[in-house]
Amino acid sequence: MRMSRDVAQPAQPPVDGAMRLCVDDLSVSRGGRIVLDRLSFSLSVGQALVVTGPNGAGKSTLLRALAGLLPRAGGSVALAGGPPEAELPQQAHYLAHSDGMKSALTVEENLDFWSRYLAQAPDRRSRTVEAALGVVGLGHVASAPFGVLSAGQKRRAALARLLVAFRPLWLLDEPLTALDRASREKFAAAMRDHCANGGLIVAATHEPLGLNEAKELALGSAG
Amino acid sequence: MSSPLAALFLREWRVARRIGGSGAMGVVFFLTLVAIVPFAVGPDPNLLARIGPAILWIAALLATLLCLDRLFQADAEDGSLDLFHLAETPLELAVLVKCAAHWAATGLPLVLAAPFLGLMLQQEMMALLGVVATLLVGTPALTLIGAIGAAATVTVRRGGLLIALLVLPLTIPVLIFGVSAAQAASGGTVPFYAPFAILCAITLAALALCPFAAAAALRYLGE
Repeated sequence: MRMSRDVAQPAQPPVDGAMRLCVDDLSVSRGGRIVLDRLSFSLSVGQALVVTGPNGAGKSTLLRALAGLLPRAGGSVALAGGPPEAELPQQAHYLAHSDGMKSALTVEENLDFWSRYLAQAPDRRSRTVEAALGVVGLGHVASAPFGVLSAGQKRRAALARLLVAFRPLWLLDEPLTALDRASREKFAAAMRDHCANGGLIVAATHEPLGLNEAKELALGSAG
Repeated sequence: MSSPLAALFLREWRVARRIGGSGAMGVVFFLTLVAIVPFAVGPDPNLLARIGPAILWIAALLATLLCLDRLFQADAEDGSLDLFHLAETPLELAVLVKCAAHWAATGLPLVLAAPFLGLMLQQEMMALLGVVATLLVGTPALTLIGAIGAAATVTVRRGGLLIALLVLPLTIPVLIFGVSAAQAASGGTVPFYAPFAILCAITLAALALCPFAAAAALRYLGE
C-alpha cells in the first residue's frame, strides 16, 4: 500500500489549488446533548477560519469532530482535492490543550518522533526539527528535557510539531495560550506561511490570531 | 513502512528507561515476592523445589500486571493518544509496538532475573531452563492480555487494581500451561513439549487478537 503511494508521489504533485474543506450539516452530540446543530461551512486552500464563541459553545467539539476524534451525529466532513487515498484525519494536525509530548524526552527527541510518526510521505514543505525549532525560537533548548520547559516554551514546542510534518489542514484549539507577544507574532507568521503554501487553518480562539484575511465563524451560546 | 513504528518503539523504550526505571521496579517487586515465599511456606528444600516454578510464574504475572497501568494512560493524559488516532499508522499496530517496547523494558528483565531467583528456590538446572523458556514465551502473552485491561481502564484514575481484576482471570490459561511446562522440564509424567506448545499457541493468539481488542477499547473510550 504505502510503497505504491511512495512511488506515485513524484508523478502526482499536490493538487493544492483544488483542495477544499467542506462541512455539510454537521451535527455532534455529547452526552446526549446536541452541541453542534447542522453546521455548514466551507474553506478553500489558503484560507483560515477563526471559530469564536463563548465557553461551551462547541468550539473544541467542532475541532475534535473535524479531526475525527468524535463521532458525528449527522452531516459530512470532507477534504476535497487531496490525495485520493488519504482520509481527512490523516491530513490534519490537531493541536489542543495537551501537547502530546513526553516530559522525559528532550524537545528534539519528541519532535523527531512526531515528524516520523505523522509525516506520511516526504514533503518539501515539512521542515527539519532544527528549522522548526528555529521558527518558534526554541533552538537553544533543543536538547533539554521537555518537562523542564516553561508553559510558553512547551506551547511553542507543540506548535513546532505542526511544522515538522506537513499536513494541509491545521485544527488549532486555543493555540495562543501562554504565548508572549513575540511568540504570537512568530506563530502568526508561521500560519500565514502555511496558508500561502497550500494549507488551511481552522482555529478556535478568544484572542485575535493576527491573520488579516481570516473568515470568522461565530458559534452560538451554550444556552 | 517500518520507520514510524521504529520511531514509536524507540520513543517508548526511551521513556521506559528514563522514567524511574519501571522495568527495574518490576524486577525488584519480583525479587521481593519470591524472597518472601520461603518465609511463608517454610525453608523445606524439597517443598521449595516442587513449588518453585509456580511461585516464579505467579510473581512474574503480578509484576507484569503491576507495570501495566501507565501503558496507555500516560499517552491519554499528554494528548499523544489523540494524535495516534490521526496518524496513518493503524492504532492496532501502534498498540502492538507499544506492547513490544513495554515487554522489552519490563518483561524481559523478569525473564533474565528468573534463573537467579530460581536458585533461591532450590531449582535444578533443568527446572531453571524450563522456567526461563516458559517465561520467555509466556510473558509477552501476559503483556498483550494486560494491554486490553490497560486500554479499557485508560480513563480511570488509579486503575491499577482494576486492571488486575479484569486481566487476572484472562491470564489463567497462560499460568496453567506455563507452570505445567516449567514443572515438566524437571521431570514428571507430562512431556515438556505438550504444554509448552500450547503456551506458544496462546502467545501467538494473543499477538494476533489483543492489539485489535485494545485498539477497539481505545477508540471507543476516546470518543
